[in-house]
Amino acid sequence: MKLAKSIEEIRSDFPILSTKAYGKPLVYLDNGATTQKPLQVIKLLEELYRTTNANVHRGVHYLSDMVSERYEAARETVRAFINAGAREEIIFTAGTTASINAVAFSFGERYVREGDEIVISGMEHHANIVPWQMLCERKKAKLKVIPFSDAGVLDLEAYRSLLSERTRIVAVTHVSNVLGTINPVKEIVAEAHRHGIPVLIDGAQGIQHGMVDVTDFDCDFYVFSGHKVYGPNGIGVLYGKAEVLNELPPYQGGGDMVANVTFEKTTYNVLPFKFEAGTTNFTGAIGLAAALDYISLLGREAVTEREQALLARATTGLSAIEGLRIYGTAPQKVSLISFLPGAIHQYDAGMILDKMGIAVRTGTHCAQPLMGRYGITGNIRASIAFYNTEDEVDALVKGVRKVTEMFA
Amino acid sequence: MTINEIQDQIIEEFAQFGDWMERYEYLIDLGRSLGPFDERHKTPEYLIEGCQSKVWLYPSFEEGIITFTADSDALITRGIVALLVRVFSGRTPAEIVDARIYFIEKIGLRENLSPTRSNGLLAMMKQMRLYALAYKTKQEHS
Repeated sequence: MKLAKSIEEIRSDFPILSTKAYGKPLVYLDNGATTQKPLQVIKLLEELYRTTNANVHRGVHYLSDMVSERYEAARETVRAFINAGAREEIIFTAGTTASINAVAFSFGERYVREGDEIVISGMEHHANIVPWQMLCERKKAKLKVIPFSDAGVLDLEAYRSLLSERTRIVAVTHVSNVLGTINPVKEIVAEAHRHGIPVLIDGAQGIQHGMVDVTDFDCDFYVFSGHKVYGPNGIGVLYGKAEVLNELPPYQGGGDMVANVTFEKTTYNVLPFKFEAGTTNFTGAIGLAAALDYISLLGREAVTEREQALLARATTGLSAIEGLRIYGTAPQKVSLISFLPGAIHQYDAGMILDKMGIAVRTGTHCAQPLMGRYGITGNIRASIAFYNTEDEVDALVKGVRKVTEMFA
Repeated sequence: MTINEIQDQIIEEFAQFGDWMERYEYLIDLGRSLGPFDERHKTPEYLIEGCQSKVWLYPSFEEGIITFTADSDALITRGIVALLVRVFSGRTPAEIVDARIYFIEKIGLRENLSPTRSNGLLAMMKQMRLYALAYKTKQEHS
């Protein structure tokens, strides 16, 4: 598969990539934290505010109609991108964290009682741990954690044994933000469904790397953030199966989520509006759709293929450095690579790499329990996107080599 | 030497370095040569937890003089810790409370003290002042 544009054309779509950091060309390898935005998204946002700004679903006037139409078209774009069954199954939220909190609250209110259990995995980031812990505290429920191997592969045997008649929901990440592991979500979902347990898949690190097909996964919820898939900040998606969402109470009250309001009783609107209280981030939603269109235009398989080639190059290069340890060596990985060069502290390495113009993430990556699992206080993560180049990967390897020399 | 004289001395030392690489190599050397820190003081009480690196700071107060020993798990942070100890240790509480720190900025390490960095250094400086304030209050009331 070939990308629909040359790498030079792609890079010129992302103006920020030509930034100079301390006078050196910026090497942006922190795509797991946030991705850069193409001009197609940047210009669209400007155009929206210039020509199409009005509140969605609230007016009968020309502008309001126009923006409502585009907002609903964005919903359709998201639906098609993740292959959901129906447009009303796409709820726009503020991001992954907001989506998980919404489910933890709404689902928790409806179904979770004292003594019930919630299953997550040991490789979750804080956003897929803390909302469930808060729910457990509210309801006196228990959190169960699926262990994983040193290589970063979930222990499915242990997972099966954790499922019981007290399990109310399983919440697992599609892709580990530290290890890069692509989890076998289809298998995880099928196993839970055998016991009639619904499953939430955290797609924060999954959406930007390839094929998300919620119909194929058969998951009950899939959540992600726009900013991690080349879209704007502050927009995210909660996909939920209609039959599941219809049973859940709304988690926020306000405008647009209601059918009738009197002081005695309020009745709620239908999906997806029931879960979109208040003025939504419609510019964000339309911008997100433009970002997804951009990926589709490049070719999703081609994007994955290119990223895998860059990952292989980085893995080979970094592995050749003596004493360097890679965290996460699962057979199925996305293009991110976490490592520590010998006994060198991640913050020391990150600071030197930064001075070379190389942007990586250092620290716990919002996944402290995972770091504890490996007995480390943090590591360095290079996360690669399709717009990165072979030269940039080589610059990283060279930079890490230099770091090991400096601290030798 | 006064606190400002030491700050000026550090600025002068760093002025001889041509580029950032030499500055950081010097910090790494400083980190390596920082005096020993009593492992028994590596307790939560003396820990300043940053998101990126950890700093331990132990004060003692004798005959009107505050002595600090400190440590960090990251070497570059340790180098900067060494500089802060050099500036603040062996001082009276009043000297520390009244000090204005300008050397960090002058030697091009300002970003290391940014609150968003969360490496424990800014909190360490605040903690040194807090200890000094506490000792000063104690002095005034004894």
